[in-house]
Amino acid sequence: MFNDFKELSSLQIDALKEIGNIGAGNAATALAQMVNTKIDLNIPRVSILPFDDVFEYLGGADLPMVGIFLGVTGSAPCNILFLMPVEKAWILVDMLMGRNPDEKQDMEFGEMDISAMMEVGNIIAATYLNALSMFTQLQFYPSVPGIGIDMVGALMDAVLAQFGQIGDHVLLLETQFLKDENGIMGNFFLLPEPGSLDSILSALGVNF
Amino acid sequence: MAKIIQVGMADMKYSNAPDKLTTAGLGSCIGICIIDKSKKIGSLAHIMLPSSLQAKNAQNRAKFADSAIELVLEELSKQGTTNHASLVAKIAGGAQMFKFSGESDILKIGERNSIAVQENLEKHRIKLLAKDIGGNYGRTITFDLQTGDLLVRTIGYGEHLI
Repeated sequence: MFNDFKELSSLQIDALKEIGNIGAGNAATALAQMVNTKIDLNIPRVSILPFDDVFEYLGGADLPMVGIFLGVTGSAPCNILFLMPVEKAWILVDMLMGRNPDEKQDMEFGEMDISAMMEVGNIIAATYLNALSMFTQLQFYPSVPGIGIDMVGALMDAVLAQFGQIGDHVLLLETQFLKDENGIMGNFFLLPEPGSLDSILSALGVNF
Repeated sequence: MAKIIQVGMADMKYSNAPDKLTTAGLGSCIGICIIDKSKKIGSLAHIMLPSSLQAKNAQNRAKFADSAIELVLEELSKQGTTNHASLVAKIAGGAQMFKFSGESDILKIGERNSIAVQENLEKHRIKLLAKDIGGNYGRTITFDLQTGDLLVRTIGYGEHLI
């Protein structure tokens, strides 16, 4: 079995990108229905990075972001992290709550805003995993969502700590969600645990 | 000229005054700052996990609370600091970054890191001068080897010296 992620072939990387595409495609459709607007996707990226390079990949450790996390158990345990820059998260919650952004008084997210964002996390994770499950015939069970609003480095660091027991690299399968006039709304990350990658790649017929 | 030296995740660096050591985005991780004030030499380790004993891969010693402190002591003793009584420590980090609805043990590594760091400092008889740990917010820290001050910056909780 696989201890670290360094030795993936290009065929395996393409297979993972395909999963990202299908999973995030379903998730984007679900999100688009919730906010009643069109949501587009970028081509997924697969990156295998030493922990230390993840901050740079995200554009700097100090950027304020909203992170929604779900742990996924089942035959191939994974982590899901949906990151949104704080200003984009405001656009999203204003749309979900039917508020006019120009009339906004509050500078901080209210309790309703937080639970709306968690629900978004729930729905996009569930639809993503559904597609992944159909594709691989593996079972995935997401946890309840957790939310953090802080510097992105600190959010990511809490997630990466789980990978530290086994290796020094993490595999990020990233798909960006876009909305016409606002650009990138959020980045959806699937972080399979090292052992899970075997199961997923075998199910896709591109095992070692 | 004083340099500002970046310390990455699961990384350890040391230097002399008047340099500064800095690490960004501490969430559940902990920044362990240790200084020998008489010699004006100090280190910053950015640890991710409490113990190297449970790890399947413990090659990177800066990743774990126990092995990182041992690594620091080895490096500082090569630089002439052999008496642990002259060493003092300041620590920051160990937060619980994600809030879950209801009870959940997911990602609760911050608290275990905090306990492990303090136990290991005690084990090596390194005096803990100050700490800024726990809570639910991230920290970016800068350790000034000239003064021994640790600057903790946050989003929404201000910045302060410990």
